[in-house]
Amino acid sequence: MTNELTIGFLPLVDACLPILAHEHGFAEDEGIALRLVKDMSWATVLDRLLYGHSDAAHMIAPLAIATTLGRGRPAQPLSVPFVLGLNGNAITLRPELARQVRPEGHIGDPFKVGAALRTIVAERKAAGRPLTFGVVHRYSSHNYMLRYWLAACGVKPDEDVEITTVPPPFCADALAQGEVDGICVGEPWNSVAVEQGAGEIILATSQIWRRGVEKVLALREPVLDEKRDQVQRLIRALCKAAAHFVDPVNSAQNAAILARAEYLDGSAVLIQRAIADQMLIARGGAVVEYPDFMFQYREAANFPWVSQAEWLYTQMVRWDGMAFDGEDAARAGRVFRPDVYRSALLGTGEPLPGASSKVEGSLGAPTAVGTQQGSMVLEQNSFFDGKVFDPHHIADYFASLP
Amino acid sequence: MRIAIIDESAARASIIQEGLATFDDCELFVLTERRGLLSRIGEINPDIVLMDLGNPSRDVLEEYFAVSRALARPIAMFVDESDDEAIAASVDAGVSSYVVDGMAPGRIRPIIDLAVRRFHAFSRLQQDLAEAQGKLAERETIDKAKRILMESRGMPEPKAYAELRKAAMNQGKRIVDIAEAIVTAQRLLGDG
Repeated sequence: MTNELTIGFLPLVDACLPILAHEHGFAEDEGIALRLVKDMSWATVLDRLLYGHSDAAHMIAPLAIATTLGRGRPAQPLSVPFVLGLNGNAITLRPELARQVRPEGHIGDPFKVGAALRTIVAERKAAGRPLTFGVVHRYSSHNYMLRYWLAACGVKPDEDVEITTVPPPFCADALAQGEVDGICVGEPWNSVAVEQGAGEIILATSQIWRRGVEKVLALREPVLDEKRDQVQRLIRALCKAAAHFVDPVNSAQNAAILARAEYLDGSAVLIQRAIADQMLIARGGAVVEYPDFMFQYREAANFPWVSQAEWLYTQMVRWDGMAFDGEDAARAGRVFRPDVYRSALLGTGEPLPGASSKVEGSLGAPTAVGTQQGSMVLEQNSFFDGKVFDPHHIADYFASLP
Repeated sequence: MRIAIIDESAARASIIQEGLATFDDCELFVLTERRGLLSRIGEINPDIVLMDLGNPSRDVLEEYFAVSRALARPIAMFVDESDDEAIAASVDAGVSSYVVDGMAPGRIRPIIDLAVRRFHAFSRLQQDLAEAQGKLAERETIDKAKRILMESRGMPEPKAYAELRKAAMNQGKRIVDIAEAIVTAQRLLGDG
């Protein structure tokens, strides 16, 4: 069937939109059929995309840029016409460490938690047993958010602490075995660690960057060109799935679907908590509500802002220890394709921003922004340290990072 | 040549191992445990690493190959871009291969080709097994339907089977579909 699209995904809550677009018939309404292929590593999701087993993939945003720039493999241009969501990750420490750095029964303030952690980092480094953190992938927002936070709190990643790769399903076990002291991972894996008593949540990544880009829908550029019509249908279906996903009325039903064996194969209770912005931060404790823990739809959250791709590039250069290159920054920016998003949603009820880039982290309060279609108010989108990323001055921003 | 086979399926790993044992210059190491994976790889110091695509530790291994200064010799999935066809075949078969830098392609290719063939053979075996189990289930359904006909209509067994076959031919369906309909109908009517 020519209107079938195969989409690769990892079993994480933020794979929700393609799954729900399929399950609720939004894809069918748009005249396309989705075939979903589950894998257990980003390497395999990427291999399937590059070797034509899948047309599109649920992917950590930095990996789409790294693949385009040829980091670790020969370069293959990928395109991102749709962002699958913002944030939804958390930092979880071994319980005895978590209790030393954050207030009892609450998630902490990023600065205060960071300051308390810095003391422990110094002690452990002096003792020759540096703190170790697990992240899901080198080219993940998890890695970049964790490092951004640590660096802004005066902890030097790679020098003061170790950061290694731990696959999400093994995070709880790695904490329990003491292989790592902390993890930065998506749901439901923080909650799984909490349920098992292996860890306690100290921060949500949305506290580090209030509107941080997370998973994206990635395709090979030639596939996007070749299947442009189907991809635009897919984008409309994903938007409908997003509206359905964020409606609290549907959270139990959607959690039950995502929990099924062919998708996340996990606990519907834990999944529903993540959907509803709730976190059980310690076993036996109270559930903490943190608004916009996951952010899947409002404020055109799915719009692929070029400035977000460029911000990710600055972090890639920062942590890969490469020289800043204006040409590469531009190539990274072109991975995000607001033009495709716009043409897919033109004439629908979805708001379309007037600009394709914005100053990231500049809004302290709800602000109406200019649109091409509909009306849109963007809420606070700041970084916890108050820094602002102006895509017109990328090199200056890069130079200003600690 | 030192080859590490990383697979959570011990059965598949042994099928690969058995195949590679035919190469007389190969030393084989099978790893099925997640814990301590990287330190084992460090000790083994392999020339080639074969890992199933379904293994969640692939990202861990790739990260290790990408950044570890502990490795004397860099390892990559891509020796050069001319390997693309071989890599595509590996991905199709469900195996990823990582090769130490500087290894002659002529030595690597037969090993990877063999791994690809063995992976395909393993999935065919699994398919056959699933099919055999399916056939067994079909057989049971047909037997059940026959018994229903024999009991409710007092038919001898050959006659019951002939009725099933006739109905299937008339309706252009498989015998098992007719049998399933009979079993379901009887369950719904609730007298048995």
